[in-house]
Amino acid sequence: MIITNIETVPGKTIVEHFGLVSGSTIRAKHVGRDIMAGLKNLVGGELKGYTQLLHESRQQALERMIEQARQLGANAVVNVRFSTSSVAQGAAELYTYGTAVHIK
Amino acid sequence: MNNLLFFLTLIAMGYVVGTLVEKRHYRSIRDRETKFLYLPAVTMKTVTSPDQKVTSAELVCGSAVISIDYFKRFLASLRNIFGGTVKSYESLIDRARREALIRMKEMAGDATVIVNVRIETSTIGRNANKKGVGCLEALAYGTALTLEQ
Repeated sequence: MIITNIETVPGKTIVEHFGLVSGSTIRAKHVGRDIMAGLKNLVGGELKGYTQLLHESRQQALERMIEQARQLGANAVVNVRFSTSSVAQGAAELYTYGTAVHIK
Repeated sequence: MNNLLFFLTLIAMGYVVGTLVEKRHYRSIRDRETKFLYLPAVTMKTVTSPDQKVTSAELVCGSAVISIDYFKRFLASLRNIFGGTVKSYESLIDRARREALIRMKEMAGDATVIVNVRIETSTIGRNANKKGVGCLEALAYGTALTLEQ
C-alpha cells in the first residue's frame, strides 16, 4: 500500500479511482498524564505524553483508512490530508482522509 | 497575601525554568536543522525532471506538542490589554513548527526530497475550549521521494 499526499504516485499511472476513504479515532490519555501535563504547563516545554498520544492515534487513523482502501481493492491512497479537532477535555479527534486508487 | 506569594513563586519558577528549557530546545533545534540540511522539504508538488526516476514515494509526518510557561502566559495576558505583538507566543509556535519539521525529516530516512509539505497547528488539551492557549500541536507532513541518481 503506497500512501502519498500528492495527486499521483510518481513513476506510476492511476488506472482506477475508488473514491474517498477515511479513518478517524478519538483518544484520551489517563488522568495521570493529564496531571503531569498540567504541571508541565507551569514551566513550558514539550509535553511528551501528548505528543506520543497524538502520534499513536494518528497511526491508528491511518491504519483504519488503509484498511478501508484495502477492502475496496485499492493498492494506493493519494492526496492524503490530516485534520485534528478537540471534542472534549483532554481528548482529541484525529481524522485522515484520501482518495483510494489502483496504480500500475 | 499567601495567594500573592504563591502567584509570584509560580511566575518566578516559570521564568527561570521556562527560559532554560527554551534555550536548550532552540540549541537542539539548530543542531538538528544543520544535520538535516541535505534533505530539502519543499511545498511544491513535484521537483523531478522527466529523466529522473522516482524509486519510492512514502507519506511522512512529524508532530510536537509544546506548552508555554507560566511567566510568558502572564505576559501574554498583560499584552492582551494593550494590544500589539505577542512575542511570547511567537517563540512557542516557532519551536513547535520547527520541531515538527525535524521529526518529519527524521522519519524520511534516506529519501532525496520531501515534496508537498503541509504544516498544521491545533490546540489540544484542557485549555482547548477556553480562551487561553495552553499548549499547541504542530503537525508537518509530506511525501518523501527517493530519486534514482
